[in-house]
Amino acid sequence: MEKVNPLDELMTARALFGSSLGFHILFATLGVGIPLMIFMAELLFQVTKDPDYTLMAKRWTKAQAILLGVAIPSGTIVAVQLSLLWPNFMEWVGQIIALPFQVELFAFFLEALFMSIYVYAADRLSPSLRILSVFFVALGGSLSGALITSANAWMNTPTGFELAKDGSIINVRPWEAFFNPSFPAAAIHVLLSAYMTGAFVIASIAALRMLKRKEKDAPYRYHRKALLLSLAIGLVVSIGTALNGHWAAQVLHEKQPEKLAAAEGLFETQSRAPLSIGGVTDNEEGKLKGAIEIPGMLSFLAGNRFDTVVKGLNDFPRDTWPPFYTHTLFNLMVGIGTLLILFAGLAWLIRWRRGKDHLPRWLLRLLIVGGPLSLLSIEFGWVFTCSGRQPWTVYNLQRTSEAVTDATGIMTWFVLFIAIYVFLLISTVWIMRGYFRKRPLEQEMLNAHATQSKKGEGLH
Amino acid sequence: MNDALLAASIIWLFVFMYAILGSVDFGAGFWGMVYSQKDDRAGALANRFLSPTWEVTNVFLVMLVVTLVAFFPSALTGLSLALLIPGSLVLLLLIIRSTFMVFAYSAQRFQRALSVVSGVTGLLIPALLVLVLPVVAGGFTDPKNGQLLADKLLTSPITYAYLAFGLTSELFLSAAFLADYSREADDDEAYAVFRRFALLFGPLSLLIGVVAVPLMGAEASWLRLNIEENRWWFFASAVIFFIGYSAYWWPTKRKDHKKGVPRAAFTAFILQFFLASAAYGMSHLPYLLYPTYTLEESVTNHNTFVSLLYSYGIGLAILVPGFYLFWRLFLKDKRYLSQE
Repeated sequence: MEKVNPLDELMTARALFGSSLGFHILFATLGVGIPLMIFMAELLFQVTKDPDYTLMAKRWTKAQAILLGVAIPSGTIVAVQLSLLWPNFMEWVGQIIALPFQVELFAFFLEALFMSIYVYAADRLSPSLRILSVFFVALGGSLSGALITSANAWMNTPTGFELAKDGSIINVRPWEAFFNPSFPAAAIHVLLSAYMTGAFVIASIAALRMLKRKEKDAPYRYHRKALLLSLAIGLVVSIGTALNGHWAAQVLHEKQPEKLAAAEGLFETQSRAPLSIGGVTDNEEGKLKGAIEIPGMLSFLAGNRFDTVVKGLNDFPRDTWPPFYTHTLFNLMVGIGTLLILFAGLAWLIRWRRGKDHLPRWLLRLLIVGGPLSLLSIEFGWVFTCSGRQPWTVYNLQRTSEAVTDATGIMTWFVLFIAIYVFLLISTVWIMRGYFRKRPLEQEMLNAHATQSKKGEGLH
Repeated sequence: MNDALLAASIIWLFVFMYAILGSVDFGAGFWGMVYSQKDDRAGALANRFLSPTWEVTNVFLVMLVVTLVAFFPSALTGLSLALLIPGSLVLLLLIIRSTFMVFAYSAQRFQRALSVVSGVTGLLIPALLVLVLPVVAGGFTDPKNGQLLADKLLTSPITYAYLAFGLTSELFLSAAFLADYSREADDDEAYAVFRRFALLFGPLSLLIGVVAVPLMGAEASWLRLNIEENRWWFFASAVIFFIGYSAYWWPTKRKDHKKGVPRAAFTAFILQFFLASAAYGMSHLPYLLYPTYTLEESVTNHNTFVSLLYSYGIGLAILVPGFYLFWRLFLKDKRYLSQE
């Protein structure tokens, strides 16, 4: 049944929700990635007893607290806007895939609760309670990221229910919907890429700070410790992300072939399909132009054999084709991921060959762009997976045009929300700078050494 | 008890919890603004409570929305149409408030401006939230397309009765809570301030609540009749209010012979609101959104319902120890309460 709904209302609703998600995802991703870094720093302190690591954990926590202050309300917006803008989709969700939303909330609760405890009561906690608190912050963040991905994965591979002849939903199996086929690969992808982003953003800041210091004094060494810690984690998780991304692409090949075809700009179904990098899709001719092709590689990646048959877009009805720009988004996401592996690998190679006292300045300059790039690849990835599913909200079952609200006048809200997001982005950066300018590292290092001797009692 | 009624009870429990927590939270923001002069103890106390708690309170709001969607997915179409405007406004105000709360914590020199934001939004957000009640009681949506009739809503006396009741209740509950909190912190000056406001706003909110019922419009007459039928519940709630009110004059066994037991008062007020909102909830049966959506028609399928119940069990088991630690650290620990 086609709904009578003006196309521009639909586009405005998509633009509004996409902007909200795109805004939230920055803070949410860092909210998964940075707590892991804090936890690692706390652990390293317990192992090395080097006070630099506690200070690191403390300063990252302050930054994370500011980010969380934006992440929680922007997450609230996404949750409520889902219901306000896509009520017909949420009706499905409520009946079949309500579980991850609900459990995600408990994880989110865990994170908020222990973040408050860790931020406002750190000085009253015993070391073990402090580590436990930051562990729960990291666990809550990671769990909520993984759980909410279950709902997104279900939209790609809906399972766990049957449709009656009249279109009503029957025989719902909530756990089967929860553990739908694309959930494992997608959830791991979200987590690893978030850890990667957290690590590279911190590496960026550390590299920037190291470049600004004239001599290799104590603050320089502090930043170098932060840099090497984040690059160690960055290297491991970026390789992990690539391997897992390969798995995720194989799930696409099996479960959502037209999404893979659009991502790779493949029109003709074929074995020995080439992997195309770059290029622009020509709408008229139905061809990808100007791409670099690696013969047979796509077939190999999709099914581990060069003679795997990969379906092309021409096998699908034209009105279910995802938009062509998903090819570019996909390339950008994979390209940045590959680049980051090279960055971290190169840095560790130099560290290993020349020693940590001889990290060249060009390497530091290179690493500065790692953080912004990884944030960009997160955005590209999410836009790719959501627009690659179009025209469906629920793959092969519900079109986005059927999911949207009948309410009119979304444009006003779009303008208002965009204005507030721009304001928040600017003011978050501004507050963050102001906060750390007022508490320079040198000063905090002196304070830390002064209080080291007379440690306060923890709560037991 | 069938699925629909059990689900409605759980949601009602969340509404009730958020009403108390939200009142205290937003009210504390308002009191923090009123008493924001640097040397003012009452303002400092309100802010000390607010700093660690607002994020946790905010999660309750999300929980409420998610639970509603999970249990009553079919009512969502109607609810989202009716509530798009107030819902979106709440979101905008909420993000402004939350962000400024964090900024206030990180940038001291903007304290004054930031406390104004938290104070003003602390009144506006609850006002918008309480508007949900007259809207779902019926009469304020366009029968043709289901969208909100904003002009009708803004020109009806009952709307303002709900608003007045919501705001006085918010200020009453937060003052009563902060009076107890200041006693816990041994802060006599702040206690005197908040006790005075609790004494003022308590009877006021009760009075407005009573006056509001006859103001309900023709479309909501079903609700008015039900409320009158449940009047003994409301009566019991009023009795408990007066018991709690008297606790501000109860003698104590303390060595300094201070009068008043604010803990008993606040506990009684929670019970008062528990009974009153339970009675309101019962009066609202069987409708979720009058006249289109009843509970029975909107409730989710049985399998999903059962799995959701399990998830609540697991979730609570994980969170309760966390809440306990939180309470110990911020509501009980003298080192936090009475810091200068």
